[in-house]
Formats: sequence, C-alpha cells, structure tokens
Amino acid sequence: MITVKINNKTIQVEEGTTILEAAKSLNINIPTLCHFDLNELGFINKEANCRICLVEQKNGSLVPACNTLVKDGMEIRTDTHKVINSRRVNIELLLSNHPKDCLICGKNGECELQDLAALARIKKVRYDGERIEYPVDYSSYSIFRDPNKCILCKRCETMCSEVQKVGTLTDIGRGFTTVVGTQYHQPMHTTNCTFCGQCLAVCPTGALQEISQIRQVIKALSDPTKTVIVQTAPAVRVALGEEFDMKPGSIVTGKMVAALRALGFDYVFDTNFAADLTTMEEAKEFADRLNGKGRLPILTSCCPSWVKFIEHNFGDMLDIPSTCKSPHEMFGSIAKTYFAEKYEIDPKDLVVVSVMPCVAKKYESKRPELAQSDEVSDVDYVITTRELAFMIKEYSLDFPGLEEDDFDDPLGESTGAGVIFGASSGVSVAALRTAYHMITGEDLENLEFAELSGVKGLKEATVDIQGREIKVAVASGLGNAADLLNDIRRGIKHYDIIEIMACPGGCIDGGGQPFHHGDLTILDQREAAIHQADREKATRRSYENESIQKLYQEFLGEVGGEKAHHLLHTKYVLRPKFIEE
Amino acid sequence: MNFKEKLSSAKEKTLPVILERAAKDDQYIVEGEQVRLAGEFYEKQLRIALKNYQIIDPLSIDEYIAFGGYFSLYKTIFEMQPGDIIQEMIDANLRGRGGAGFPAGWKWNTAYRYESDIKYVICNADEGDPGAYMDRSILEGDPHSVIEGMAICARAIGANKGYVYVRAEYPKAVRSLRHAIEAAKAYGLLGDHIMGSDFSFDLDVRLGAGAFVCGEGTALIQSIEGKRGMPQAKVYRTSERGLFDKPTIINNVETLANVAQIIEHGADWFKSIGTEDSPGTKVFALVGKVVNAGLVEVPMGVTINDIVYGIGHGAPDGKKIKAVQTGGPSGGCIPPELFDTQVDFISLSKIGSIMGSGGMVVMDETDCMVDIAKFFMKFTVDESCGKCTPCRIGNKRVLEILEKITSGKGEMEDLDLLRELCQVITDTSLCGLGKTATTPVISSMQYFLDEYEEHIQDQTCRASACQSLLKYIVLDKCVGCGLCKRNCPVHAISGEKRQKHEIDTNVCIKCDACLAACPVKAIVRK
Repeated sequence: MITVKINNKTIQVEEGTTILEAAKSLNINIPTLCHFDLNELGFINKEANCRICLVEQKNGSLVPACNTLVKDGMEIRTDTHKVINSRRVNIELLLSNHPKDCLICGKNGECELQDLAALARIKKVRYDGERIEYPVDYSSYSIFRDPNKCILCKRCETMCSEVQKVGTLTDIGRGFTTVVGTQYHQPMHTTNCTFCGQCLAVCPTGALQEISQIRQVIKALSDPTKTVIVQTAPAVRVALGEEFDMKPGSIVTGKMVAALRALGFDYVFDTNFAADLTTMEEAKEFADRLNGKGRLPILTSCCPSWVKFIEHNFGDMLDIPSTCKSPHEMFGSIAKTYFAEKYEIDPKDLVVVSVMPCVAKKYESKRPELAQSDEVSDVDYVITTRELAFMIKEYSLDFPGLEEDDFDDPLGESTGAGVIFGASSGVSVAALRTAYHMITGEDLENLEFAELSGVKGLKEATVDIQGREIKVAVASGLGNAADLLNDIRRGIKHYDIIEIMACPGGCIDGGGQPFHHGDLTILDQREAAIHQADREKATRRSYENESIQKLYQEFLGEVGGEKAHHLLHTKYVLRPKFIEE
Repeated sequence: MNFKEKLSSAKEKTLPVILERAAKDDQYIVEGEQVRLAGEFYEKQLRIALKNYQIIDPLSIDEYIAFGGYFSLYKTIFEMQPGDIIQEMIDANLRGRGGAGFPAGWKWNTAYRYESDIKYVICNADEGDPGAYMDRSILEGDPHSVIEGMAICARAIGANKGYVYVRAEYPKAVRSLRHAIEAAKAYGLLGDHIMGSDFSFDLDVRLGAGAFVCGEGTALIQSIEGKRGMPQAKVYRTSERGLFDKPTIINNVETLANVAQIIEHGADWFKSIGTEDSPGTKVFALVGKVVNAGLVEVPMGVTINDIVYGIGHGAPDGKKIKAVQTGGPSGGCIPPELFDTQVDFISLSKIGSIMGSGGMVVMDETDCMVDIAKFFMKFTVDESCGKCTPCRIGNKRVLEILEKITSGKGEMEDLDLLRELCQVITDTSLCGLGKTATTPVISSMQYFLDEYEEHIQDQTCRASACQSLLKYIVLDKCVGCGLCKRNCPVHAISGEKRQKHEIDTNVCIKCDACLAACPVKAIVRK
C-alpha cells in the first residue's frame, strides 16, 4: 500500500492507482474530459490529451490525474489557483475551436464539454481565432460525423481500433487541423465501419451522433393513408426508463407500449415475437448442420454490425453464419406479407418502424436484400431507444405515470426466449432451448447457463444433447469476436454454436441506448432486468409461442421450409476493406 | 590472433596512409599521430564528438579504426563487466546532447537493472531544428563513432538489438550509416558473437518521415513500432518500458559519439573538460548573421561571446548583433548583455533559454524579435502532432496574437494574454515539444518587450522586418520625374510633373517598385 496526501487528506491506496482514482476514494472531484474508464468491458481511454484533469504536485508542476500513478509520500493539490486557471484556459482553448451552436446540437444537454463550460462559466472566449472547417459526413444511414465538434479526446478511436478492432476511425493530419476521421477522408458509408455505434456512445460531444429518423416517422404517423406499425427490441424496455429518471433496470414494457399507442402507432408489436421466430429457424438450421447438412460452427446473425464485420474481415468464412435474417427484419418480412394479407393492407401503405437499442439496424434496414421488392422494404424506419425517448418528451407524455398496456396480436406474443435476445448469450440460449426439443423431442429442463451470463467479453459452455457435447461460445464486442474467429480460422478452437454481438455486453449496451456516461452498474442492472423478464414469462421456449405455431400453420408451412426460407433467410456479401466511391 | 591484434594490425596499416595524405594537404595539421583541421575557425575548438569529422573517409572502417576506433568496444567486451561500464559512464556524467541533458549513465543504469529478456538501444537521429545539422554531419562524416557508442551501450545494459531512427531527408547520412553498418557486420563488429565473444548486437536503420515531433522519445518509439508518431503520456520511464514495452535506451547521435572516447580515455579525462555540472564538449551549429558560420565544438562553460565573436567573428557588414537564439525552435533569445553567460545546461536555463540540441542562431539589428518569435511559433504550430489541447490549439492562438501584433493590429492587453497562454501551454502540454514551444515568445518578451510595445503603440518595427508596419515616405529631394507613379502597380502615387509626389499609404501594397524606380533615392521605407 502507498500513502498519499491529496488536499491535505491522507489515504492509503494500492500501487498502480492513479491520482484520479485515489482522489475519487477521498470524494475529491477532479473534472475530466478525455478520460473514460469502462475497464470491465476492456475499454480505458488513457490518452491524457485534453489536459483538463490537471493537479499540482508539491514541486509546483502540473500532471494529469487520470494517468499519473501515485507514488509513496506524494502530495497533491487539486484546488490551487494554478490548477484552476490552467484548466480554465484549456477549456477556453477548446471552446475557441468549437462551434458554439449548442442550441441546435443533438447532444444539447448530454455534452461533456458543455458541462465543463458550465463549470468554468467562461463568458467570453478571448482567443478568437481560426476554427477548423471540415464537411459534416451524413453519408451513412446510421452515424453522422461532425469533425468540427471533435475535441480529439480519441475515445472513439480507442473504441473503434482497440476494443472493436474495426479501425475505421483514426486521427488524420497534424497540428491545429488534426482531426479524427476515416482513411483518406472517405465518407463513412464507403468505409469498413460496421455502424456498431460504440463511437457515438462514448463521444463526449456532438462530433458523432446517430442519423435520426424521428421526422420521417412523425410524417408517416401524420399520413392518414398509411398504416404505421411499430416493433420494439427486447433491450429497449430495460433501458428506456432511465431517460425518465426511473431506476436503471426498470422494466417498462407496459408503459412503452402505452406511449407508442399515444404517439399514434396503429399497432404496437414486439420484436420478441420475431425473436421466437428467429429461434425456430435458427434452431432448425443448427439441427440440420449437426446432422451433417452444412458446416459447424453456426454463427448467429442477429447483429447487423457483426454481419458487416465478418463480410469485411472474414470473407473466407461467409458460409458459417446462420442464413436467418435478424429478428426485426423477419418481423418486417412477416408484417409486409402475412400481416398485410390478413388485415387487407397494401404493403406499400404499410409502414414498419423498429425501435432498437442500435444504430446499425438503421443501416441494416437499407440493405437491398432485406426487402420484398424495390418498393417494399421489410423495415421502413429505425429509431433508437434515445430517439423514442426524445419523441415521448417532445409529445409531453408523462412516461412514468402512463398506465401499462399490452402489445397487439398477432405479432405481439412472445416467450422468455425472445426477451433474452437483448442480453449477450440470449440468442444462443434461446436456440439451445428449442434445438434440444427439435433433436430430442424433449424439453430442456435447465433453462439458464450460469457460465454464459454477465457482460464478460467471451463466455463458454458445454451442453449435452443426446450424449453429444455441444460447445457454445458467446462473444460480445467485435474485438473479442475477431480474436475468436481468428482462433477458429487457425484451427486452435472448435465450437458448435457461436453467438456474437458487436457491442460489448450485447444489445443492452447498444449504440442507441441511453448514455451511461461510464457507469457500468447500469449495464448490470439492464442485464438483470432482461433475465428477470425471461423468468416472469409463462412460456420460456420459443416453440411454445402459440402465435408462432399459428404463423407456421396458417402461412409459412414447415420450419425451415421453402416459404420460410424465402421470407426469413438472407445471404451475405463479400466486402472489401476499402470501397472505391 | 585475438581481435585486438586484428584491430591493431588494421590501425598500423592505415594510419600512416592517412598521415601521409593529410601532410600533403594544407587543410590539415599533423602532430605525431593526430590530425587536426587547420585554420583559425578550428583553432579555438576542441573536437571530441567531431574528432574524425572531415578527417577520415566515412566509407572506410579501417580509417575509423586507425584513430582508435572499436578499441573501446573491445575493452568493454573483454576487459570490463557491464557494471563497470555503467559506473564509468555515471562517473563521466555525460549529459544527453539531444536537449534535455539527462545523465546518460543513470539512464543506462535503469535499463541495466531492469530485468527483461529483450532490451533495445535506439539512436535518435531525428534532428529537426531549423538550422541545426550536428547529427547529420556526424552520421555523414563519422558513422562508426555512433555505431560503436550504441554497441557499448548494448553491451552495458544487455541489449541485443538496436535501431537508428534517422529522418529520410538525410539521404547522405542514411547511405553512410547503412554502409558503415554493413562494413561493421562484415568485420565482426556487429551481429552475432561480436569479436568472437558471446555478445551479439544487431543494428537496423529506421527512416522517419520528417515529423519534428518524432524526435520526442515516446513518439519516436511509436513510429518505430509502425504507429502514428505521437507522444504518449509517460506512465513508466522508457528505460523501463520503451520500445515494444521493453527497457529501451534512447540516446542522441552526439551523446553516442562521445561514448567510445569516454571508455578510451576514462571518466576523469572527460570530467577535466567542461564544467563540473556539464562535463565534456558540445557541438553547435553556428548560423545566422555571423561571419564564420559552421559546426563548432567547444568545451562546456565557454561563453556565448567566445562562440559568437571569438569563433564566429560577429555579424557581417559591421552590423550590431541583437540576440542569439540557442536550442532550436524551443530555445530562448538571449540579448547581448548576457553574452558572457557560460554555455552549459544550468547557466542557459537560468537565463530562460536551453542548451537544446545545439542550434545557435545569431540575429542582428535587421531582425525583428516579434517576427523571430512568430517564425519559431509558426514552426511549432506546423510541427505539433495535434494530440493535446494546449499545444494543438494554444500554440495556434499564440501565433495568431503574434500575427495580430506584427500586422499593426495588436493591443496592449494582448501582451497579458500572451503571457498567460504561454505559461499554461508550458505547464500543461503533454510532451517536450509543447512544454517548450513558447520559449522564444517568453524569452523575447522578457528581453525585448520594448519591441513588442513599439509594434502595438507606435505601429513601428525598428528592424523594418514587419511588412504591414512599413511606411513609404517621399523625401523633399523628389524631382517629380513621375517614374515612381508609372511603375506603381496599384496607382498609389500622385503628383504633378516636377512637383514632389505623394504616396497614399492606404492604397500602397509595399511592393518596393517605386523604391527601385526612383532615380534620386527620394523614397525611403521606414
């Protein structure tokens, strides 16, 4: 243990502790900007480049608290005039090169630079000079980049290159015009970006934001000729409440349904229904591959970011992901066919909106192969959990006070297997529950796998199906996934089922979820809520879903049959790392 | 035959050839077995790092051996233990010649004591200060002295791999170095089992792409690792965790060129040269407004006067020297009243400058100190890596304020703003580049504040260097010939024939066309 003195308070800390951590345990607040610590998810931004968290050593020199390790006998002050003024000047410098259009910025109220400016109460920026000028990149369907708002904290770069190992975002140029961008300033749409959205989840300012589709949704809702239906992903219901000061981990399914109905959606359905459908198809595909029809392992394909990642980086392995569309796309497909037929709606007048914890789903919905025809897309608009919260706020709905409501039939019924799709390992557990039944004819009694729970990056389990050991691996975070696939490619590891979610921790930590600002306990609470919702369900195995059974009887025919294949399965595209415009 | 005999026989064979060659050339003075450069410029110098420079053929390893080369390496391998080498280096107190002046021996000691399977030695040859060419000259003229220094360091700390990080803009140095490395390998002085011992040390050249910041240790390491050359916040010392996270010694070219000499002659000899705090010599690139410009190696502790007037012979054309800037773009401007200051690490820092890597730029009365500060700030703004806030944005703002002042738009409050900004940039920047970037501004404000004030209050530049402040005045001796009027591209001049003409300063673009056209020199620029 090491003894240090901060602002004359003495504390003993472990060797290797930073000044920032030591100060925190003394309840001394040191403002930070670039620093971001999601240690459990393998993410620490330790660049120390914003120079905001400066503290003064006994010899009068200033050091950044975030990455200076404490030494025995160290005496630190966080409250000297020198510290305060230096921090103030650095904030002023950042503001001198930042657009001051907070009123019309999407991060208004969520911006960490804004918080710092409020702390310093700078009324006039004395260094009125040149500002960097870069075009704003709106090229993609998911993420827009406004480099003019970038403060070079490099959180996004650490996330993109070191955690996700995608490597789209990097700093370019030097000196004053340095900016985080893409190679050769390529538009995002033509890069190898997977649109996981983790960059914007950690961006402290408005430099990276989602492309919003709120206006398009409202326009459709206002159009009397359109029938607008909405589906909600499992992870949305355990996070939406946070936007309304409800406890993290609150399950707000009923209030969410009520809010959507109040906003004017004609039918409110559940992606969990489609998750059960995905489970049926995927379990069948797995059972077939296990019987020698195709190659193992089978990789889950629910995550569009993951799909794009494998298309860019593992072109030799495009035969192993399941051919199943992701649940919300299956939903769209069924809505535009089965539902439209049943309710006698022209598919062209049916608008499907997905509420997702994810920004990659926006891009996914525009993939040409995920459409019924050139005019009829499976899913028309995707909004994130955050965007739904904006809408509820803009329409002045008293969310916590809303009376709980139920999903509509027939695309609203779901089992516990559907809800767990929202957490890492959910898809594989759901598939196992059903595959076990398909292969053995019996119900899997042990419905939960302790080894597979939690927000860890890589989890493994073994399940016995008729004496055969089925090896399951679950990876979240693209970096972990890349490591896993490389091991498989080299023949170092062998699995039968692999579930991969691009976001560390799974969809509960998706790029479209409410910002957790580094508080990881929020993720644990969201995950616990998902499992609680599973346990509270009367049925927890997808094949027990009566609406699903009816769908196959009335419309699809056989599980994995020809019609199911036509509507519910897709194909993958080999993508180069760099796409010429 | 042991390796020492091999070296001795090469020496015996080659030395007489060199001595005979030198004796025939009046560029050289031959004294016994020593050769010196002739001429007054060299008389007052003491050359250790430049001992062989311009004397031996850099492409001949035998010529290097002829003057004692590689005998020190032999001594460290066969006659000394690593601990002895470290002790000798600590005793010699050789301070890093790259700028910071950290004692090389203590640095080596840290890496020596740190246990690791792999250790590295890096030679920092990323010399980038405007006007500085000490390291380039050593690499071009005496590459083996650097290679031998690195090998001795490797032997001391237990490293088997080394890199020379040299900028690609030094093609001749790179060629000379590569040739020398190959020659040393062929000779058994590099590679596996050096001189037949169990010590192996391999050396590679890595080319930098010319970013000034890559001379900073952590950025240099990033660059060698194949990453973007950006300084890293130091949690551990490089000598503990450096290149590829292994203990790494980074020494500058000139530092390494001193090593073999120290081993050969001993720490006491080295300490007898220079001052107690800064033993040895220092090489300076004496440039600017000085009669004798060139590479100057002098013992630490000589005064600026000795160098600028004694060796450099003052400014040409009888002009008055206004200041000397030491230490490259991060150094300070020293006024003549302080020219009796000794040149060593402590004395220079006491007067607000630095030793730096050894740039010494002399300025005379035609140089404007605000303009000079602006010049150096422009350099650091261009060369900032863009990583940390104060360096990326702060230096840019400093430059903008200086531009405002030199264009006649400055206000007195700008001086306070400059002071505060420079202080915060110094206190809070991440790496050495940022921490020292504003030294030219701070020091010129300290010693030449009146020039700043003149620019702001009187709108004048006494050196006539700031174009925006120049005024063109027509004297009474104007004969009214109209030549100026006809030559003015913007029609700023008016006047009747045979009458005194007038210049409209609002229209004038200060192109000097009138000045050149006037047959009676009636137009002056102030």
